[in-house]
Amino acid sequence: MHQSTLAQLSTALESNQISSEELTTLYLDRCKQFNGSLNCFITINEELALDQAKSADQQRAAGNASPLTGIPIAQKDIFCTNGIKTSCGSKMLDNFIAPYDATVIEKMNAAGIVNIGKTNMDEFAMGSSNETSFYGAVKNPWDQDTVPGGSSGGSASAVAARLSPAATGTDTGGSIRQPASLCGITGLKPTYGRVSRYGMIAFASSLDQGGPMTQTAEDAALMMNVIAGFDERDSTSAEHPVDDYTARLNDSIEGLKIGLPKEYFGEGLDSNIAKIVEAGIKELEKLGATCKEIELPNTELSIPAYYVVAPAECSSNLSRFDSVRFGHRCENPKDLSDLYCRSRGEGFGKEVKRRIMIGAYVLSAGYYDAYYLKAQKIRHLIRDDFQNALKDVDVIAGPTATGTAFKLNEMIDDPVSMYLSDLYTVSVNLAGLPAISVPAGFVNNLPVGLQLIGNYFEESRLLNIAHRFQQATDHHKAIPEGFE
Amino acid sequence: MSLDKSEVQKIAWLARLSIDEQDISTYSDELSNILGLVETMNSVDTDGISPIAHPLDLTARLRADAVTEVNQREQFQKNAPLTDNGCYLVPKVIE
Repeated sequence: MHQSTLAQLSTALESNQISSEELTTLYLDRCKQFNGSLNCFITINEELALDQAKSADQQRAAGNASPLTGIPIAQKDIFCTNGIKTSCGSKMLDNFIAPYDATVIEKMNAAGIVNIGKTNMDEFAMGSSNETSFYGAVKNPWDQDTVPGGSSGGSASAVAARLSPAATGTDTGGSIRQPASLCGITGLKPTYGRVSRYGMIAFASSLDQGGPMTQTAEDAALMMNVIAGFDERDSTSAEHPVDDYTARLNDSIEGLKIGLPKEYFGEGLDSNIAKIVEAGIKELEKLGATCKEIELPNTELSIPAYYVVAPAECSSNLSRFDSVRFGHRCENPKDLSDLYCRSRGEGFGKEVKRRIMIGAYVLSAGYYDAYYLKAQKIRHLIRDDFQNALKDVDVIAGPTATGTAFKLNEMIDDPVSMYLSDLYTVSVNLAGLPAISVPAGFVNNLPVGLQLIGNYFEESRLLNIAHRFQQATDHHKAIPEGFE
Repeated sequence: MSLDKSEVQKIAWLARLSIDEQDISTYSDELSNILGLVETMNSVDTDGISPIAHPLDLTARLRADAVTEVNQREQFQKNAPLTDNGCYLVPKVIE
């Protein structure tokens, strides 16, 4: 049963093959069995999940079920969950019990989805390896000496190991797509503003976007149908009609025009990854798509621009952690400055401190124009590059990550190398576009993702292409050894 | 751009972060490397390009100035490190 997709579980519940309580118990048992080795959960919500499962069973019996009612889904520990510890992977929030639900959680609860647990993540979503978490590194189930990617590494690892059939993630610079690629699952970063940010602990507010991490594109569509939509409590929520994301899944992709950015297939890309990605694109051609080379000339500048914009916004957002109203407080502060400085110094880990300091520096008097303003101008160029390219093609395809999962501790002391590995993902966030990563094959038994980037609010089209790809391929069905 | 130790200390103070004396030189190296990466931005001429804060050119919505939240002080203060009588406590600011 644990090998099933959301769509299959939905059918199983609908036809009374299994109850939500039985299903939830099955997944809770897997979580308890494997969390010790993978460390993908910060909190397993045993009691809550079983209560929610019982209500879901009643809801189904009463004929009030929606497709995902009664299915357990794991939530990244960045989403505030009323009455449950919400740590964001940080010592700062180790003692924080969220007093309200994020909109995403509220919508999932309303749909009768069972919240099985809160997944591990890089501290405040800052990292590409899940090694910056206060709760320790997460392991990649494909090879437990390697990282799952980040920042939504706990979610990716949990779904890959089938400890949860699906999970939520958030993506500020690739944090859904890169771990999806490294763990062999499907990850969709929606258009900026498509999924509400209310109650999603802020990292870089002009870039952050929540989305689904699933086994298949069909499952991502089912989750999008629950979580997408306008929310007046998020000031940048998009007032744009919401699709039925499952409606176009089976449409033909005959005549689809795919752009292949030459900058995405250059020197930085491992040749083995390139082969897998090219084979994936061939598969789309067999389904009727045509390809042409395009240019995104400012791709390389996306990394420096991102590492100005994101830290600047992070230093501003994280100033709320003053240890007055919530969060970690140091022992015996001698005055207010000491309270602020020591509580923050103790509560934040190294990577978070580095980013806060970079942000404080680039925003400080005398440096604003040279860094922040410059980065915002480059952001304009990057957005225009995509818009020009998307005049000629329907979607853009390329690799998600520059390599497969790397070894634990390999890059943790080299932040610049870690940042450079975000090359194919950060520009999408700067431009606010939707993008999906789908499993496309393996190099040395480690998964490789194919990334598809669409125009604004074209999630349905991306899900359609990804679904057709998954109808023609089996990469997404592979389960790591020991977790079958 | 390289940051010396006194600049690191100044930034840490601006960000209200205490950092250990023995870690300052590591931060100085790491932050300098990151700024080195960031400065590759200067390879492109951006004269005449307007800065954007947001890709979709959204503006913040306005709403009526009406009370929409109920008072939940007691619930919110459960997360506070130190409170007294409904107030948040911090070290004395005015002697």
